[in-house]
Amino acid sequence: MLALQLAWRFLREGRTQSLLILAGVTIGIAAFVFVSAIIEGLQVNLLEQTLGSQAHISVAPEEAPPRPLMRDPGIAFARRIEPSEPRRRPFDQWQRAVRRVEATDGVVAVCPKVSGSALAYRGAAEEAVKVVGADAARLRRIVDIPANLVDGQYRLGGDEAVVGTSLAEKLGAGVGDPIRVRSGDRESVLRIVGIFDIGNEMVNGRWLVTSLRNAQTLLGRVGDITEIDARVADVYEAERIAREVEARTGVPTESWMERNRDLLTGLRSQDASTTMIRIFVLLAVAMGIASVLSVSVVQRRGQIGILRAVGTSRAIVLGVFLWQGVLFGLVGALLGALVGALAGELIESSALFDITVTPRLLLTALAVSLATGVLAAYLPARRAARLDPAAAIRGDE
Amino acid sequence: MTITPALLELEGVRKSYGDGVKTEVLHGIDLRVQQGDLVALVGPSGSGKSTLLNLIGLLDRPTEGRIAIDGQAAEQLDDRALTALRGDKLGFIFQSHHLLPGLSVLENVMLPSAASHGGFRAGMRAPAKELLSAMGLGDRVGAWPRQLSGGMQQRVAVARALMNDPPLVLADEPTGNLDTETSNQVFDLLRQRNAERATAFLIVTHDPAIARRCDRVVELVDGAIVYEGGPSGMKSWD
Repeated sequence: MLALQLAWRFLREGRTQSLLILAGVTIGIAAFVFVSAIIEGLQVNLLEQTLGSQAHISVAPEEAPPRPLMRDPGIAFARRIEPSEPRRRPFDQWQRAVRRVEATDGVVAVCPKVSGSALAYRGAAEEAVKVVGADAARLRRIVDIPANLVDGQYRLGGDEAVVGTSLAEKLGAGVGDPIRVRSGDRESVLRIVGIFDIGNEMVNGRWLVTSLRNAQTLLGRVGDITEIDARVADVYEAERIAREVEARTGVPTESWMERNRDLLTGLRSQDASTTMIRIFVLLAVAMGIASVLSVSVVQRRGQIGILRAVGTSRAIVLGVFLWQGVLFGLVGALLGALVGALAGELIESSALFDITVTPRLLLTALAVSLATGVLAAYLPARRAARLDPAAAIRGDE
Repeated sequence: MTITPALLELEGVRKSYGDGVKTEVLHGIDLRVQQGDLVALVGPSGSGKSTLLNLIGLLDRPTEGRIAIDGQAAEQLDDRALTALRGDKLGFIFQSHHLLPGLSVLENVMLPSAASHGGFRAGMRAPAKELLSAMGLGDRVGAWPRQLSGGMQQRVAVARALMNDPPLVLADEPTGNLDTETSNQVFDLLRQRNAERATAFLIVTHDPAIARRCDRVVELVDGAIVYEGGPSGMKSWD
């Protein structure tokens, strides 16, 4: 308690010096919070855009290799086999695989689905589409279509289908309109009940979502599915969970991290540069605190000697300077967080993504600032505690 | 016959400085101070007075010899115990008063008690105010040291030295920076405390007038005691 009381009085006495270094710590922590919030906001936005329309994990049997149509072994001729439209092998015992994926730690949602290419017609308009068939309730936990509906409803019963805004526009169709969908020699007529805008042109322009049964019939996969999609609680754990799912099901499994290696590399590079900025900012803050406290120890040699002479222990003298570091760190963190959050608010209106100063970021800034304050204060504090009181009182070096 | 244990006892105390070739500045000092003694320590500059005072004040350790305060031998104590003993048994008055400028007058006086109890407490205010009143500074408790004259600051330093009611007060030129009238006022305060509470004082001084008002004078020359006795026996002042 005495150490804290004396620390406060020392800071109050050297008011100008204290305010200057406090301003330095505040600016440093504000920069820390601001840069972290921006990068975090940017990354969350990028991830949302990327993962908003795709599963974190996809479990799907290998594609069947293309086969030559001519099979007469007695005839030799030069040939080149062009890969046809990817056609997956049947998903054996997919219901059991779904249960195994659901039972894997970290998985929060599972959706068996069937997807494949088809052509959609309305009047003279003809568009290539990706038919996605799934249970409506399960699919919305993987891709939140209801939250992105711009017209109609999210229902996948009977002949109902929902499509993206771009596809609806290209087909000239609206809610309530029927469209013909053809895949190979199979054809269905579906009725558009909802139009969504998921923020991804590939999805908005191609997806035609309908019930699992409709899609199975249309794509010639009755009773079968093409993949199992899953969502995990922590997106950065997806790769590890994917390997576990693969081991449990015995079916090839791919995570979003594998599918989006370039994005992941970009995010990691961003993380590395943010970390470097944070380290340099904290080093500047630490050096500021350390230099001010070092000067303070020199200036107060006589006072430290008197404190020791009147019975103050070395531990308390050490504490006096450590507390100063703590107070700089604490007050600087609070003011810096406020300034950083305000700066984030100011810039958010011109940014294309949310800049949110989360409680976790504030707690991190507080902890980092306190640790920096204490570490920066340690050397000057140790020097003060080790001063020879007799020499300090005499004013000797 | 019963021998009263001395409040301060020095036996063969030596102190050397320097690495390699050492320079001895105190050569086997023997000294005893009893409760209620008022002792002047005199001698020319460089005779070792301040070094001796630092050793007695447990701010430094002797190279050789024994120092005991109220029966406790200092050489057996670690830094923590020395600090506790210093806070409990000793008071300090320095030449240039050395008040802490960031603390109010009252807090400066309370400081030794705060050091013993681990912080400033409300219960320390009354005795500190009482001491300041006794020093004639009852109306300046809330002032800052910079707002006081040199004489007033020295009286605050005296009050601080007496805060823990130590049996022995060490004063290094307590009137060195003061005019004659203020010097006499400060010394009167020490004398009064000595008479009322039997507090022992060991006062380093260059001022013959102050030394003559003490009960005993110890003269140090070149690191050795050359005289110890009543002030009237001091030939060097004649």
